[in-house]
Amino acid sequence: MNPTDKAAAAGTGTPPAAEWTPRIVAFFCNWCTYTAADLAGVSRLKYSPNVRVIRLMCSGRVDPQFILDALSKGADGVLIGGCHPGDCHYVEGNYKMLRRFRLLRRMLSDMGIEPERVRLEWISAAEGDKVKLVINEMSAQLSALGPLNLPGKAKGWDAELTAEREAVHA
Amino acid sequence: MPEPRNGVRIGFYVCHCGHNIASMVDCPAVAAYAATLPNVAVSRDYKYLCSDPGQELIKRDIAELGLSHVVVASCSPLLHEHTFRSATEAGGLNPYCFHMVNIREHDSWVHTDRRLATEKAKALARAGIRRVAHHQPLEMKRVPIHPDVLVVGGGIAGIHAALTLASAGKKVYLVEREPSIGGHMAKFDKTFPTLDCAACILTPKMSAVRSHPNITLWSYSEVVKTDGYVGNYTVTVRRKPRYVIEELCVGCQECIDSCVYKKPMFPDEFNEGLGKRKPIHIPFPQATPQVVLIDPEVCLNFKRGVLTDKCKKTCVEACAERKAIDFNQKEELKEIKVGTIIVATGFQPFDVKRVPQYGYGTYPNVYTALEAERLVNASGPTSGEVVLRDGRHPNAIAIIHCVGSRDRKTNRWCSRVCCMYSMKLAHLLKEHSGAEVYNFYIDIRAPGKGYEEFYDKLNEEGVHFIRGRVGEVTDWAMTPEEEGKLVIRVEDTLAGFVRRIPVDMVVLSTGLEPHSDAQSVRRMFNMSCGTEGFFLERHPKLAPVNTYTDGVFIAGCCQGPRDIPDTVAQAGAAAAEAMALIDRGHIDQEPNTARILADCSGCKSCIPLCPYTAIAFDSATQKAVINEALCKGCGTCVGSCPSGSIIQNLFDDEEVFGEIQGVLADEPN
Repeated sequence: MNPTDKAAAAGTGTPPAAEWTPRIVAFFCNWCTYTAADLAGVSRLKYSPNVRVIRLMCSGRVDPQFILDALSKGADGVLIGGCHPGDCHYVEGNYKMLRRFRLLRRMLSDMGIEPERVRLEWISAAEGDKVKLVINEMSAQLSALGPLNLPGKAKGWDAELTAEREAVHA
Repeated sequence: MPEPRNGVRIGFYVCHCGHNIASMVDCPAVAAYAATLPNVAVSRDYKYLCSDPGQELIKRDIAELGLSHVVVASCSPLLHEHTFRSATEAGGLNPYCFHMVNIREHDSWVHTDRRLATEKAKALARAGIRRVAHHQPLEMKRVPIHPDVLVVGGGIAGIHAALTLASAGKKVYLVEREPSIGGHMAKFDKTFPTLDCAACILTPKMSAVRSHPNITLWSYSEVVKTDGYVGNYTVTVRRKPRYVIEELCVGCQECIDSCVYKKPMFPDEFNEGLGKRKPIHIPFPQATPQVVLIDPEVCLNFKRGVLTDKCKKTCVEACAERKAIDFNQKEELKEIKVGTIIVATGFQPFDVKRVPQYGYGTYPNVYTALEAERLVNASGPTSGEVVLRDGRHPNAIAIIHCVGSRDRKTNRWCSRVCCMYSMKLAHLLKEHSGAEVYNFYIDIRAPGKGYEEFYDKLNEEGVHFIRGRVGEVTDWAMTPEEEGKLVIRVEDTLAGFVRRIPVDMVVLSTGLEPHSDAQSVRRMFNMSCGTEGFFLERHPKLAPVNTYTDGVFIAGCCQGPRDIPDTVAQAGAAAAEAMALIDRGHIDQEPNTARILADCSGCKSCIPLCPYTAIAFDSATQKAVINEALCKGCGTCVGSCPSGSIIQNLFDDEEVFGEIQGVLADEPN
């Protein structure tokens, strides 16, 4: 049986049109927060399914471009998880992230993006329950804020610019 | 949808993990979806991919279908990444042309909606497939390992680990904070359930440590700094001054006899303050090393720790021949190089002052379990005679279980050993005093070899067991029989009413908790702690002595409460893990290091960011250079390079962007 037949046999048709739910991209450091998310799994804690975790070795690796890229590709929020201050596996990568994060948040608010959409959390390897808490809380906050729709906004901005340019040329 | 990349043929495999994944994620649907993605040459679902036939499936596909990359969607990469990398390599590919997608811990186990969980699995699979297309073949980084080992903590765990390693020919540094090794076990009278004398089984091991040519024993010393990484740690140890030269002292103790204090006056730490000692003392008769020490806080030659030279120094006269006493001794810092570290720092007993309702400190005849151990010990302050603080001999004794265990108000965990040691104390107290002994318990937990039988034996001996958590210990008498007694108020949950039981002596069975300075020890060795504060093992079942820092192992109660047999077993396991690293002679490290591209502008902004000073500036080329041997692969420099001129293997920008686009792609699910 080829995979497609199998899927048909399993009876998975087109899913019903779902209501809008926020999409969260999470960058978790390998040593603390990713492990905590594993612990949440092992403990069978239940949390909102709209988060997608990307593993990095250290929160210090989170390039601001990753966050901007995620937002521009349709994420409604970005969560960054690192080790608690003083506990970084690489001594101080989390502090480096904190500095970038502060700067980035200021820039995002200038762009009209609500600060709640980008969140930095210190979650140690033992804090599986905090992973659940933060994701659920963020999911609820983003649901209240509504879609960010940066790709749509960007299209609007492009159209505006084109119109302006044409007006100048005309 | 991205354009297919030339020459990239990905094999995608989704694991059911029995029902673990398949019950919440529609695995065949995920496989069918992945088959439609660019570059995917084959997509399959399988019941257990980590099994031999599962791995064979991957290997066969690599050969038969000419795959270039492999993606497995199953459990956490922290669990099985190594397994599947090895399978990929055995199939003939570079092991790093593999990526693992976590749809168990991060998906099926944490969600309740099958449709949404399946959607998430598809998105994660898509991200993994997009990412892996950028993976390049990499070589492992190989570093040599220093053969010496540091063991921190000289309790039974540290002693056993050190002896095991030393017998295998490894050089071991054993560092103990107290003046003697032996730990808590040295204070115990007997051990359950065999009632072996603790000293008789421990002291031969202690002397073996002292005499072993491969062990350097540093007691009264603490690790103050650790630098480096697996195979190459540099550790600084502070050796506290004893005011006695260890190499010259033979332990004759004539100095103690000649001290100007004719009688011992100061609380003796080893006997939990129940006995007295002099300023110059030896912690206990079998102390190892057999070296005296001077307590500068109370010695007349010092004033609260500061040398005054005001005493007659009769101890120096007594030691005139060997000249071992040195009041000018200063603390020493020693730097050692080791390849692996075993942390066996043990526990601290629960502080009974936190449960004031049990009257410790208010009523003199309330004891902690450790005090009771000393009280029944033949070499204890009363030579084993059960004499209370007020001089009486008890006729009735209460032992309260679970003090600081299984209690939401203090510590939630079960300390595992208290039921057994309470029963042991019940036996010993009854034997030594002939008193009636009452045990107040929540549940009797006797899960070990010969443990349940020991409980039966106690029942036969006529020890009373009353099921119920004690409400309070009070001296307020309601009847003439209760006059002058301590009254235990407890709800007997089997009889179903509240009882008052008058006794003469109360023993509080204190639970085990992490040391109050466990957090600083944890930071020193770059370990993690669980929520309760015990050191965290790498995997609770499969890597119980490993930590998240390679080359650092844990053994004994610093990882969680356990009894002596389990501690010894774990210490042996930690020693074996350390030996496995040492005997291989080298360590293969993840090649996730960073490197600098030719378009580096030489702005130097990355240089101060590196915590390992791995980045230098090459003035000839005007570019930054990364020393690969020093780079640990955190990627902080990569994330901050303004010109994108630094690449991190396995976490390159292209790979991460591929993953971001993958999780967010608006493709039909």
